[in-house]
Amino acid sequence: MALVQQSSPHAHNARPTSRVMLWVILAALPGLMAQTFFFGWGNLINVTWCIALALVSEGAILKLRGKPVAFFLRDNTAAVTGLLLGLSLPQFTPWWVSAMAVFSAIVVAKQLYGGLGANPFNPAMVGYALALISFPVAMTTNWAEAATLWGDIPGFGDTLAKIFTGSQTAVDGWTMATPLDEYKHKIASHTSTEVLTHPTFGNLIALGWEWVNLAFLTGGILLIALRIITWHIPVAFLGGITVMSLAFGSNPDQYAPLQLHLLAGGTMLGAFFIATDPVSAASSHQGKLIYGAGIGILVYLIRSWGNYPDAVAFSVLLMNFAVPFIDHYTPPRTYGHHKARRGLPGRNGG
Amino acid sequence: MTQLWDFAGGIHPPENKHQSTLRPIAKTTLPEYLVLPLQQHIGEPAEPVVSVGDRVLKGQPVAEVRNGMGVPVHAPTSGIVEAIEQRPVPHPSGMSDWCIVIRPDHEDQWVALEPVEDYKRLDREQLLELIRHAGIAGMGGAGFPTDIKLRPPRDRKVDTLILNGAECEPYITADDMTMREHAGEVVSGLEIMAWILRPSRCVIGIEDNKPEAVAAMRQAVEGTQIEVLVIPTKYPSGGEKQLIRILTGQEVPSGGIPADIGVMCQNIGTAVAVGRAVFEGKPLISRIVTITGDAVQDPGNFEVLIGTPVQDLLAAAGLQQERLNRLILGGPMMGYTLTTDNVPLVKTSNCVIAATEKELPAPPPEQPCIRCGQCAEACPMDLLPQQLFWYSKAAEFEKAEHLNLFDCIECGACSYVCPSAIPLVQYYRFAKGEIRTQRAEQLKADRARERFEARQARLDREQQEKDQRRKERAKAAAAAQAKKQAEADNAAADGQAPDDRAAKAALVQQALERKKAKTAAQTSEQPAPAAPDIAEEKPDVDALEKQLTQAEAKLNTMQGMLDDARAQQAENVEKLERAVAKNHDRVQRARQALELARKQIAEQPASSQ
Ligand code: SF4
Ligand code: SF4
Repeated sequence: MALVQQSSPHAHNARPTSRVMLWVILAALPGLMAQTFFFGWGNLINVTWCIALALVSEGAILKLRGKPVAFFLRDNTAAVTGLLLGLSLPQFTPWWVSAMAVFSAIVVAKQLYGGLGANPFNPAMVGYALALISFPVAMTTNWAEAATLWGDIPGFGDTLAKIFTGSQTAVDGWTMATPLDEYKHKIASHTSTEVLTHPTFGNLIALGWEWVNLAFLTGGILLIALRIITWHIPVAFLGGITVMSLAFGSNPDQYAPLQLHLLAGGTMLGAFFIATDPVSAASSHQGKLIYGAGIGILVYLIRSWGNYPDAVAFSVLLMNFAVPFIDHYTPPRTYGHHKARRGLPGRNGG
Repeated sequence: MTQLWDFAGGIHPPENKHQSTLRPIAKTTLPEYLVLPLQQHIGEPAEPVVSVGDRVLKGQPVAEVRNGMGVPVHAPTSGIVEAIEQRPVPHPSGMSDWCIVIRPDHEDQWVALEPVEDYKRLDREQLLELIRHAGIAGMGGAGFPTDIKLRPPRDRKVDTLILNGAECEPYITADDMTMREHAGEVVSGLEIMAWILRPSRCVIGIEDNKPEAVAAMRQAVEGTQIEVLVIPTKYPSGGEKQLIRILTGQEVPSGGIPADIGVMCQNIGTAVAVGRAVFEGKPLISRIVTITGDAVQDPGNFEVLIGTPVQDLLAAAGLQQERLNRLILGGPMMGYTLTTDNVPLVKTSNCVIAATEKELPAPPPEQPCIRCGQCAEACPMDLLPQQLFWYSKAAEFEKAEHLNLFDCIECGACSYVCPSAIPLVQYYRFAKGEIRTQRAEQLKADRARERFEARQARLDREQQEKDQRRKERAKAAAAAQAKKQAEADNAAADGQAPDDRAAKAALVQQALERKKAKTAAQTSEQPAPAAPDIAEEKPDVDALEKQLTQAEAKLNTMQGMLDDARAQQAENVEKLERAVAKNHDRVQRARQALELARKQIAEQPASSQ
């Protein structure tokens, strides 16, 4: 019989991209469950809607580009993009805003840049940022109010109706500003203690939000344990926020306290699931540290002094810009070399 | 506990080593033919020193390297040289090369052996020669001649001699089994190498997945200075650079050799071969080879004669032909597939894997790189495999080189972990090959340009010289002309010499005059020769002088032409040389004649008076 001709290595570790992405989805489930538990059906509906849209638009554009549709859809990366958007968008985001976000993510940010692996920007965050800029009201006024564990949450049907028909009635009372937004706006005229009496902060840090963040943190640690991501980006991200907060915002009567930065808003989701998108992140360990820290610092800057309540999307996108630069200047020191070879050939080479 | 270091990256592929360690090392039966490639080492191929039809004895050299680097090849058993011809040899390209084919006569008759009992009484050079004559070349991989390796550059003292017992590649157990069963020989071989190199430290590094080998080696080194160090199992800890890092904490400089940092690595099999060469006088004619894989029923290690065809080994291990899907020479990470089982096992062959399709399935189709960085995590050289891949794929070789492409040891760790199943190493090999070709072409182009320029310069120079000579000749001709003129003038009106030659001629003339006067003053008793009268005498000298000048001028011209011809390597050099010689004679004769004539003239007055 004909012997197989193959160049080495002959053995492979079978953990294909599709499996890696599946693990990302699985690791995000605790967070999604926590969101659903505290904020109702909105995120679950968003996630489902976004994933479905992501797969459809990815399939359509692959077809248009003449690529094998099934082969690429199976890699699960479009599903992850949809998932991340669904997790990040406000619970009651109108369906067309999500659709526009997914479309920009998959078609523009990913496929028009060359598809999987070729996109310089994090697709989900491109979608999110475009939605935020285009529909600022829809993107800021549709956050669900957190319920207590046993409080009643808007029903599934009502949520669905709110998202897809825009009917205001049933869930009207359930929307509110996010804790970070609330704090930022109130602290100008109130003391910290006064601000924190608002129910959105609950008894701990920020009602519901803290648990959601902890759930994402748990999922993130799972990803690190599975060696799907490395610790560098999340740790640097959280470190960046922490250092900034301690250095510039230690007075709670002026700025939101550190625990609010870490455990309210999309911090953990951003640190472990979004900023770690490998395609658009820096590649070496050192580069990842710079990249993550940069995002953390930007998140703090935008949250504290910018006009947007949350800032993960913008920060990630800004640091995406810096990735080629970071990568050029942070190669590892190769075995047997005194120094890493930074920059481009002929420049600073050594 | 001696300190160990870690190296970056690394992977833990399934070891698959137990299958081939279940039974002791066995021997294969004598194959029908032994096929001995002339090039089993790095360097110049050996040249046959036997002819077809010769009977050779076991251990007799059948091919030697006379010029350049290389080691001889020996007959692994006694028999008849059946052929010296091109045969398929173990090579990734599946190429054929010159081989000596021996048909064993089953007598297994040794040549006279010259064992050395006390090698310490030999000097270093003698020992190295002995190792070379035994045909020993690094048995771990590349086959670098061991005697040359044991001769590090003069300014590089080897402080640490490392014996590489890591054997980190999955499946392979040849070194493991050798250490278990031949620990004593391993140590004595190592001691010889240590005696040659005089290192201050001598270490055997063994991965912790080989406890039996560790125990055997520990026992064997008792009472010696040799350390046995157990290192964590992680591929590729047995890579030379990685092992050096683990055991010494030092790194071999990029592009350098271990001796640059005072370290040398030797292979287990090589140590055994060195020991046998010295203590038994036996050349390298056999080695331990692992045969494993799910397509053989009886995996294990065999001591095989060099030149044994792979198919014989497969048969010995009970190959199930219908299950065989992929035949690998070497390990699953760095070995290469064979196109046929009709190639011989050589000095560097350590393992044959007869794999089924289930065991080593074809990799899934390649997907785009998702920049996940798993490859960089796995790379033991701290390279950026994904960037190297982009640049190799995009043929941006300069950038790939800038990212240290040539430091890649092709260990395959990056490909192994890549979730997108990208055959990364294949891209690196391609890029390296392209860069090498480009460099070679560049070099060729440079050489051609240099040659062209040199030729151009030579032609220019020759042209100049030619012009110069032409001018000189013209000048000489003019001078000759002038001299003739001057002589004529002289004769006629004692006129001034227009140039040197004419002046000289005038001086000669004067001297002649004086001589004439002098001789005239002396009364000679010599009988006068047949005396022509003076009136006849005078034109005679003149004519002779004219003849001489002409001959001289011609000689000059000829000499010029000869120089010319020589410079241009023209074919007529010889002819011209003869012509010059002839003219030289002519000038000589003319001079003599002139002298004689003048003498006669000088004597004339005396006799005529
Ligand atoms: S492991 Fe493969 S997919 Fe991941 S970065 Fe490296 S080359 Fe790209
Ligand atoms: S094959 Fe080269 S690039 Fe890949 S892991 Fe090994 S040394 Fe690194």
